[in-house]
Amino acid sequence: MRYSAEEMDALLTRYDYAPHMLVQVLREIQERTHWLSRRLLQSVADRLHLPLAHVEGVAGFYRFFHIQPVGQYRILLSDNITDRMLGSGTLMQQLCKLLGVAPGSVRSDGRVSVATTSCTGMCDQGPAAIINHHQVVTRLTPQRVEDMAALVEAQVPLAQWPAEWFRVEDQIRLTNVKLGKQPALGAGIAAAIAKGPQSMLDDIKKSKLRGRGGAGFSTATKWQLCRNSKGQTHYVVCNADEGEPGTFKDRVLLSSYADTVFEGMTIAALVVGAAKGLVYLRGEYRYMLEYLQSVLQRRREQGLLGPAIQGVDGFDFDIEIHVGAGAYVCGEESALIESLEGKRGTPRIRPPFPVEAGYLGQPTTVNNVETFCAVTHIAVFGGEWWSKIGTPQSTGTKIHSVSGDCERPGLYEYPMGTRIGRILEDCGARDTQAVQVGGPSGVCLSALEFNRHIGFEDVPTAGAFMVFDRSRDMFEVARNFAQFFAHESCGFCTPCRVGTELVVRRMDKLARGYGSAEDIQVLYELDKLMHGATHCGLGAAACNPLRDTIGKFRPAYERRLQSLHFAPGFDMDAELSQARLATGRDDPGAHLETLA
Amino acid sequence: MSNRIDALTPGTFMLDGEEVEFGHGESILQAATRTGHYIPHLCWHPEFGATGSCRICTVKVNGRTGAACTVQAASGQEVESNTDELNSQRKTMLQMLFVEGNHFCPSCEKSGNCSLQATAYAMGMEGPHFEELYPDRPVDASHPEMMLDLNRCILCGLCVRASHEADHKNVFAIGGHGIQTHLLVNSSSGRLGDSTFAETDRAADICPTGVILHKRRGFQVPIGQRRFDAKPISEQVEGGQT
Repeated sequence: MRYSAEEMDALLTRYDYAPHMLVQVLREIQERTHWLSRRLLQSVADRLHLPLAHVEGVAGFYRFFHIQPVGQYRILLSDNITDRMLGSGTLMQQLCKLLGVAPGSVRSDGRVSVATTSCTGMCDQGPAAIINHHQVVTRLTPQRVEDMAALVEAQVPLAQWPAEWFRVEDQIRLTNVKLGKQPALGAGIAAAIAKGPQSMLDDIKKSKLRGRGGAGFSTATKWQLCRNSKGQTHYVVCNADEGEPGTFKDRVLLSSYADTVFEGMTIAALVVGAAKGLVYLRGEYRYMLEYLQSVLQRRREQGLLGPAIQGVDGFDFDIEIHVGAGAYVCGEESALIESLEGKRGTPRIRPPFPVEAGYLGQPTTVNNVETFCAVTHIAVFGGEWWSKIGTPQSTGTKIHSVSGDCERPGLYEYPMGTRIGRILEDCGARDTQAVQVGGPSGVCLSALEFNRHIGFEDVPTAGAFMVFDRSRDMFEVARNFAQFFAHESCGFCTPCRVGTELVVRRMDKLARGYGSAEDIQVLYELDKLMHGATHCGLGAAACNPLRDTIGKFRPAYERRLQSLHFAPGFDMDAELSQARLATGRDDPGAHLETLA
Repeated sequence: MSNRIDALTPGTFMLDGEEVEFGHGESILQAATRTGHYIPHLCWHPEFGATGSCRICTVKVNGRTGAACTVQAASGQEVESNTDELNSQRKTMLQMLFVEGNHFCPSCEKSGNCSLQATAYAMGMEGPHFEELYPDRPVDASHPEMMLDLNRCILCGLCVRASHEADHKNVFAIGGHGIQTHLLVNSSSGRLGDSTFAETDRAADICPTGVILHKRRGFQVPIGQRRFDAKPISEQVEGGQT
């Protein structure tokens, strides 16, 4: 637990005492100390010449930073709906009971703390847990939970836990371009160098590639704007903050196709004129860090990164990895940049857009992991080739992370324009009631809509494809998503900070059976307000699942109302309970409903 | 990036059917307030940079919603602000701010001088509408001259900006996240008394509600003779003073 002044100085020297490395500094310290005491925050603040309150504000923003003591073993169970459907709730109870600790708290001897976290990106092999913000345990079973509790009690170090538990599978079920045969190492860069930056950009334009992170902005336009922006230096950022519940494609791309991703970043650097690239790796994927760094090192040795790439004078580019600390909102590009700069991940006011003033105020292009993969293929095979895959408005392929009620969860890559029903057939989904496409901030489709198609012109998606069969309660699905948004709201703006909380309270009230028609009206009102008034997309999307499920699965809500028409303010009979106690009466005449 | 609004050259825009002149780089709210038009707002102040956190100033610009404090003014904009729909949204957001904290206007010594209260009156708010969240927020009376009653904090961040931009002190910061977001004081104990905060700081008089209070001054001006008792907030927009 002790962290000496010498250790801290060594760490900060490694980061050049740069205040913008604060998130990385805090993360590395906490990896040793488990939690960030006020004393530690003060030492960091003093050495970086930052106000203590600023450092405290940053530490308190991220879900994976602890400013209160936590257990020596910190166990976080994934709370995504697919993990719940696989029984995470019962396993949590079992684990807490075995360890004698309440959910969300630390055991009195400080040995262990157990809590939940938002989606860990292991939906196809859940229920999953993260131990000590580092190791991911997949496929939890009652047996595994029992063994885990025993290892904690015996204080067995994580390194000695069964390696089998930490196995993360790719589960690639259907390949097309990006998950298929990869270009030879360096082929994409060589092709881009041969074309030259402007022709490479023209080729991306020709491909009509749109970003694969969800918003679907034209990649060529973004790069063009960044290239044209004046600045001392340009940056290429890979958004690997795959936080949208139900999405895990970037995890697989990074673990098995990292070269293609890094190659795409290098091509982007050539086009926009960047010398430095940053990968923002979500905290949940911390376990991949050493592997990814080894890939980067190998690429440096192969002349694919570093000075004079592939022998071209002046083409210098290298990549650094930043690890996030648990904040879904950092997937929004300007919040991600704030986080890279060592601050609270609050989305920025735009304009200026990152392409003009991004990381450290310099022109920055932020693209998704899957987008960079596509770029490498386009460099090798040409924009023309890519533009012929998919539909005219949505070119190329899209990888879907399929989970939930189906026989074969995993990754499926299809050309854009694929029918929803086709994906359901391929993954072995039966008796499907609904599909949540694009995660909670995406769209919920009922069986009537399975003939619709994936694509920016119909059903856009960031990659999640969660399947719910007829045994599932769509109200509970919406409630899980409501809890997710309330948990992940950054708290910056009024409608999102308070609105997401009010939505959860209404949903909880309905779940307890105290709902009235008016509650549904209030939910509608909140949805409408949050759609137009929030600072960023998180708040704007927070009510999407709610609106979709109320509209398409209304009976799931109505059966929770006391009456479809009556709007009870309070239970009048229950109000009389104290009077009944005082008078010692409990006969039918003392109850309102039995009073004639 | 198609919604990019440029305000590099001065010009005019229309606000609820009235022509408003704007200067170089001004936001819609800056231009409107400078010319005596009232767009309700809480987290913005003419002396400091915009953050866009309270969202009370949300307007429609050519049909798209945006916070008037962060959208740059541009020629040809049709801005809607004083409409039933937008005022009703503002009322809802004010109700959110009221239930989020612990507000009890009749006993608050800022009553009548409080922008939150005055704006709520202007928007016709008559009750909280939502359930009260009743957060547990301590009062910090450790400073000899000043006190912090965090029960009223609406997280507008004006004290953060005033302390940073005007006082060059950084006494305040924002901590936590989600509904747990809260104001932090920069001192080893986290208390105001141990910070470098002074009664003469600009940040000492910037709070639009009743969080930052001068001790021993409560009720010096009787209720009924206070700023917003005389005239509603909407009629006190002169040269950017609200």
